[in-house]
Formats: sequence, C-alpha cells, structure tokens
Amino acid sequence: MIGNPIISVKDLSKKFGDLEVLKSVSLSVRKGDVIAVIGPSGCGKSTFLRCLNLLETPTAGEILFEDKYVFKNESVYLKERLTVLKKELKAAKKGNDENEISLAQANYDEVKTQYAALAGEEKEIKKQLQKSLNLHRQKIGMVFQQFNLFPHLTVLQNITLAPVKLKKMSEEEATAKAIELLKKIGLEDKANAYPSTLSGGQKQRIAIVRALAMNPDVMLFDEPTSALDPEMVGEVLKVMTELAKEGMTMIVVTHEMGFAKEVANRVIFMSDGVIKEENEPEEFFSNPKDERLKEFLSKVLS
Amino acid sequence: MKFFTDLWANFYKCFLQYDMWKMYLQGLRNTVIIAVGACLFGLIIGIIVTCIRVAPKNNIIMKFLDGVCKVYVTVIRGTPVVLQLFICYFVLLTGIRNVNFFGIKDTAGILVAIVTFGINSGAYMTEILRGGINAVDAGQMEAGRSLGLSWISTFLRIVLPQALKSAIPTMFNEFITLVKETSVAGYVGIVDLTKIQSYVTVQTMELFMPLLIIAAIYLILVLGLQQIQKRIERRLTRGDR
Repeated sequence: MIGNPIISVKDLSKKFGDLEVLKSVSLSVRKGDVIAVIGPSGCGKSTFLRCLNLLETPTAGEILFEDKYVFKNESVYLKERLTVLKKELKAAKKGNDENEISLAQANYDEVKTQYAALAGEEKEIKKQLQKSLNLHRQKIGMVFQQFNLFPHLTVLQNITLAPVKLKKMSEEEATAKAIELLKKIGLEDKANAYPSTLSGGQKQRIAIVRALAMNPDVMLFDEPTSALDPEMVGEVLKVMTELAKEGMTMIVVTHEMGFAKEVANRVIFMSDGVIKEENEPEEFFSNPKDERLKEFLSKVLS
Repeated sequence: MKFFTDLWANFYKCFLQYDMWKMYLQGLRNTVIIAVGACLFGLIIGIIVTCIRVAPKNNIIMKFLDGVCKVYVTVIRGTPVVLQLFICYFVLLTGIRNVNFFGIKDTAGILVAIVTFGINSGAYMTEILRGGINAVDAGQMEAGRSLGLSWISTFLRIVLPQALKSAIPTMFNEFITLVKETSVAGYVGIVDLTKIQSYVTVQTMELFMPLLIIAAIYLILVLGLQQIQKRIERRLTRGDR
C-alpha cells in the first residue's frame, strides 16, 4: 500500500523575524502514508504543514513534490558565509600579507561562484513555481482548525466553487461529485444550507469534502478537531479514518492520541521546531526514547 | 389657526404659485444627477484603489501604485471638498466649457461636480472597503488559496462579497453624506437644489419657506436611500442564521 515518496522535505527552516520556528526539518512522505504529527503548542507543527502547500514561504531548505522542486533555498547559507569571507578578506587586505590576501581572495571567489550558480538555479525554480503554485496547491488539500467554510455560499457552492472555477470539472460533474461525497458523510440533505446553520462537526466534515472535491494527492489536516465540542470529535475522526483506509496520503497535526495510535502508520513528535522522534505508532507510544516526548506523553495520556 | 393659514399661504407662494415647483424640480434633477454620478464614480474608484491597496505587493509596480493610492487618499481626505471643487472647476472647466450633452443647461458644471465629488467620495470609499476587507477572517483567503484558486479569484469570489456585506452600512453613510455634500456645488454656479433657494427668494422675497422646502426634499432623498439600504441588507443576510 505504501508507495514512492510523494513529498520530500530537506532541512526546512522558517523564521518569523528573529524567531526560528522550524529548524532544519527533514521528512519523506510516501504515497499512502498517514502521518500523525504531535507536539506541544507553538512547536512549529502548523507552520510545517503550512509550508508544505506554501501558505508560508520557508526561509531555507527544499521541498520536492512528486519529484519536482516546489521550493529550494540553500543559498541563504552560502550568502551568510559570503559576508563572513568578505569581512575576512577586508581584514587581510589591511594586514599587507600577500599570502593571506590571496588565500582569502581565493576562498571568497570560490564561494562566490558556488553562490552564483546555486542562486541562479533557485531563481529558476522560483520562476517556475510562480506559474505552477496554484496547480501545486490543487494537488494538496488542506483542512483547517477553524473550518474556514465560505459563509456567503451554500454547502454545495462551497464544494463546487473551486473545481468549476479552475475548470477541473463542469458544473454538473462537480455537483454530482459533491452530492456523492456528501452522501458518503451523510450530509446530502444539507447541500443547500448555509454553513452558519451547521454544527462544528458538520462544518468540518464539509470542509474535508470541499478539499476532496479537488481530487488531491495529499491531504493536510491542521488540528481538525481542536475547535470542536468533544461529542463532535468522533464524527470527524471517523471520516478521516475512512479516508485513510481508502489509501489517501495524509499528514495530520493532531492532539488526538487515539487517532495517532490507531490510524496513522507513522507518528512524529515535534518540539522546538525540530522533529525529535519518528516511529511506528506501536513503538512510538510504548517505547518513547526522547526525554521531551516521554514528558509530553505522560502529560497527555494520563 | 392663523399660524397654519399663514404657513399655507407662504408655502403656496413659494412652491405652487407661477409653477414655482418647476424650479425646485430642475434643481433636484441636477442634484440627483450629480449625486448618482458621483456615487457610481466614487464606488468604481474606491473598488479599484482598494484592490491595489490590499493586493500582495510582490513587485515594484504594485509598490509604486500602492504609494500613489496612499497619497491620493491622504490628500483628498486632508483638504476641504469646496476647495477641491474650486480647483477642479478652474482646471477642468477650461477644457470642457462649451460641452453641452443631452441639452442640459450647464452640462460642463455638472460634469465637473460629478468628477470632483466622485474623486472625493472615492477616497472615503477606499477606506470603508479596506476596513470591510480587513474585517474578513484571514482564514477565508487561506482556504481559497489552499484550494488552488488564484489571489484575484479568491478575492473577488470569497473575500469581497463578505467585505461588501459588512461595509454596506458605512457605505450608505457615505452615500448619504455625498448627497448632502453636493449642496456646495452652488459655490461655482451650478444650479443644484440648494442654489434654487436664492432664485425663489429673489422672486418671492421669502427666505425661510424655500429653505424649509429644500430641507424637506433632501430629507426625502435620504429616506429613500435608507430604504434601499434596508432592502440590500435584508438580501445579504441570507447566510447569517
């Protein structure tokens, strides 16, 4: 069931000003993987997820999606190194030592050519992405904590808007598909209702359907049950579990340890912007190795 | 009792006698033309400028346009409308003095008024719309973008409809202000509703009654606008229950 890598993330970093939210995160997601990402609040889980469909632009690192670069920025490091070397060169020139000057110059020139080559390549990737960014996002469905349904549109319009507007389907096809998906989650009678008349659980299930209507290759869930009343968590998790069984590739940021244990095939623990531990669920929960994870699990499982 | 008969006699003299009401009607027509024209012109300017202000500024052209728009809003909001009218009158009118559309007397003056009040209202409209857009949850834009919709489609299909809805009361506030603001058009010799007072006074030697009549007409106009606002609001609240 598990296939080839679909997303490869390497050394991904994200800074908000001086605050480093993600520090060199690497992860390979294979087709059919259901990955649960857990960790304390503010550890960068959501930011990581949002970087994958480029709702946030990472500061450095690379993201490969279906063997194509969607983001690459390694040159920032070379640029930093370049400024250091430039300072050294200046200092050497003050010293009048011929050897030192030529050595510093050679160092500087070498890094400079490397930087120029890399920056050129990255610029090309960036240019490509500008054209294909929306296409990239069409292949990645996202479900938000706050549902973010469009309140001025009916449930049906919410679901069909994107596929029709982006010419993936005709109006009739999209409607048929939407009804089919709504039937699956038992909400076909709500097709013409406005989101404000629905419960939180219903809203979130429809948000999932809205993302599915685009036929995505990967689904990202950003704490999908955190804003729900406890009694509604189950119905949303059920939909997600079914989706996982159908073989959808999913990355789920969650606080639902039950879901992580039962449904996911890999569990990741993030803390302070790094992946501290990654394992199969069984091993992950019964035999955690990282100290921080042990502490975290003892708190959430007790 | 005498008070009322006097009042009626006065009203008759200032409104009905010698078809005096036709003069009010002419003034009203000009006021309505100016107000409607300026409203539409202002709304168009407002929407365009707002789009530029809230669009992502990822290249130099957008940054430049944004700067221009900022200056526009600051200057227009920072100077009195009467002054703007004078300036426009002297700058624009020299070019179009002899234009005469649809056989309306002082077309040129009316055009100048529409342009001036439109430009003025556009600045306020920009800030109103921008406020409405900022009030829309950022998650709406993110949801649209995450589905693969472009910024502009998400903006037009998802953000703007919600922004307009929440901005409707303030927008109508601006329309109402605009209708009454057109009364300064008389300063540059445009015969609008307020200006009619002087004509009536000259003919009847009455000062107070024409003022009252004109005030009543403005009030009726504004009441009409309020009704339109109510209708639109009722229509837009479909999704809110």
